[in-house]
Amino acid sequence: MATVTLAKAVTMGLRAAMEADPKVLVMGEDVGKLGGVFRVTDGLQKDFGEDRVIDTPLAESGIIGTAIGLALRGYRPVCEIQFDGFVYPAFDQIVSQLAKMRARALGKVSLPVVVRIPVGGGIGAVEHHSESNEAYFAHTAGLRVVACSNPVDAYFMTQQAIASDDPVILYEPKRRYWEKADLDESLTLEQAAPLHSARVLRSGTDATVIAYGPMVKTAMEAATAAAEEGKELEVIDLRSLSPLDTGTLEASARKTGRVVVVHEAPGFLGMGSELAARITETCFFSLEAPVLRVTGFDTPYPPSRLEEEYLPDLDRLLDAVDRSLAY
Amino acid sequence: MTDSALGTRHIPTQGSEPELVQLLTPEGQRVEHPTYSLQISDDELRGLYRDLVLVRRVDAEATALQRQGELGIWASLLGQEAAQVGSGRAMAEDDYAFPTYREHGVAWCRGIDPLNLLGLFRGVNHGGWDPDEKNFHLYTIVIGAQTLHATGYAMGMQKDGAESAVIAYFGDGATSQGDVNEAFIYASVFNAPVVFFCQNNQWAISEPIEKQTRIPLYQRAMGFGFPGVRVDGNDVLAVLAVTRAALQKAREGSGPTLIEAYTYRMGAHTTSDDPTRYRLTHELESWKLKDPIERVKAYLVRTGKADQAYFDALEREADGLAAHVRRGCLEMPDPDPLSIFDHVYAERHPLLEEEREQFAAYLETFDAVDAHDAGDR
Ligand SMILES: Cc1ncc(C[n+]2csc(CCOP(=O)(O)OP(=O)(O)O)c2C)c(N)n1
Ligand SMILES: [Mg+2]
Repeated sequence: MATVTLAKAVTMGLRAAMEADPKVLVMGEDVGKLGGVFRVTDGLQKDFGEDRVIDTPLAESGIIGTAIGLALRGYRPVCEIQFDGFVYPAFDQIVSQLAKMRARALGKVSLPVVVRIPVGGGIGAVEHHSESNEAYFAHTAGLRVVACSNPVDAYFMTQQAIASDDPVILYEPKRRYWEKADLDESLTLEQAAPLHSARVLRSGTDATVIAYGPMVKTAMEAATAAAEEGKELEVIDLRSLSPLDTGTLEASARKTGRVVVVHEAPGFLGMGSELAARITETCFFSLEAPVLRVTGFDTPYPPSRLEEEYLPDLDRLLDAVDRSLAY
Repeated sequence: MTDSALGTRHIPTQGSEPELVQLLTPEGQRVEHPTYSLQISDDELRGLYRDLVLVRRVDAEATALQRQGELGIWASLLGQEAAQVGSGRAMAEDDYAFPTYREHGVAWCRGIDPLNLLGLFRGVNHGGWDPDEKNFHLYTIVIGAQTLHATGYAMGMQKDGAESAVIAYFGDGATSQGDVNEAFIYASVFNAPVVFFCQNNQWAISEPIEKQTRIPLYQRAMGFGFPGVRVDGNDVLAVLAVTRAALQKAREGSGPTLIEAYTYRMGAHTTSDDPTRYRLTHELESWKLKDPIERVKAYLVRTGKADQAYFDALEREADGLAAHVRRGCLEMPDPDPLSIFDHVYAERHPLLEEEREQFAAYLETFDAVDAHDAGDR
């Protein structure tokens, strides 16, 4: 048992996957000697060599495009995109190639490529370093999209994503990189929760809060605060954005009758929209209130001095919970 | 300066030592170059020296402000002053510059108040100046994107029949991006009046130049169909001469040029970076001997073109400028939360109006709570 940060847990997950399978490669900008700007690949090049931990030229389309070629040749590339806002030069390779090639080839090819993206705001950064772009990829058939929220999940989800024969977008909540938890490395992948399962983190009866990635911590804090006022919130860590663990979500919605979804990304056509529609369609007669969304605004991510205003926080989440309870 | 001076004869065959245009040696010796000559008055020379000193001073002050928590991050131009001042001063008023995030020296030459550069790094805006006021576009953070904008702007100038040119700034790492290569192709095919000014500072964060290219960068131009030239990026005179020639060539309708300003990033990539993890200090030490400012000073002193009184006065001016930057930074107001909704669209957008209204009402509930709490006391 070791106490590790979320960033370190990803490192350990990568290391375990690389040890288990010599076909696993790590590639991206500054992932070698520097160990990545968040140090997530720290020490990997030293231990696995430049053949397996590759500092790529500064070109994201190239990172994903060549990862596709490597995957076609039997490798399992894990690509690091340095910051969320820098994935767009690779958008075509991800959306038109990585996502669709299997179907195009009638299942004759597999593309076990993982795209790791540090996501979200809250670190006081300049433009393009704080975005939440999960909806673009969750909207794209052929991609699996997951988001970890804590070190233990980060460790296992990294390995599970690499083990998947489908392309996986793995979101890492950058402002939670330094959060710590105990990690029992003797646990095996088989003992971990399935990659595409949601998790009920706190059980409650009054309302359900669905969160993922960086907002999970906020949701848990909100539940603690609500409990002091006698309101019992059920908190679900979604973990998998595509596919959705509809069973867990619907069971909770039926139980509490009230659902609030929270994410940093803008609300319009965001994950909350899909969750609200889905839950309304399947749980309509159990609902006491419309599914509410607490999200970033439908604006560009603002300069960092305004990010606290932009990002959903405890107050905005509790405000929505109260509105839900008032129905 | 003729067009042919920028022609293919400046592209040596592969394998030979690349030619580096130099007019002032690191020791401060004025040397001649067969193609690039520079007539420069003593006043102009002192002016360039002043630019170099002031720009370095602003940069140092911004670094200090970051250390003190007043800026979120700062991208230092230390070591690249000559590349920026030389090229910036080569521009005519109607020319237009498209910078990266490190072009503080070019901004200075275009007449942007250095204070305006700090807003982005402090997190109060995404770039606090009107690009058209000084023909200096906003900083672009996404690597390479601005080279296409520069090319398109140049295509517009060309359509307008303007006798102006555009200069696109980017780094060595950026040359790997698709956007930059596409910009080269567009500029070439449309014969656009654009100068591609690459500051090869040898590093892209932790990746040395070898991770981006197997040939000297300026030689890439040949494959795209326009001339490339490598200049000593720490020699302000050579950079001035080479950039002037390339801009003039562009204005005359003779198309783009790639200038590779060979220089060195003396500091960290940004204040968030720790270069000790990936590079050796002896490299840094050898570049210290090629400092862009010292060589001009040595030349000014040896030729008697500037005396101690001049240097003292400049020192005081630099102090004053640094104080202006510091004071202005500390006084910079935080933006209004509701400004999040401003300028997203040119025309009305109901969703944003709704969100703005809701958020304003939400913020007011806190004001009400505050007033209530104050009343309790
Ligand atoms: C598309 C994109 N990918 C990654 C980054 C992150 N990043 C910022 S600066 C940088 C290195 C740039 O190197 P270079 O072009 O040589 O310019 P320099 O910083 O040396 O001036 C990287 C990878 C980015 N800003 N944009
Ligand atoms: Mg560079």
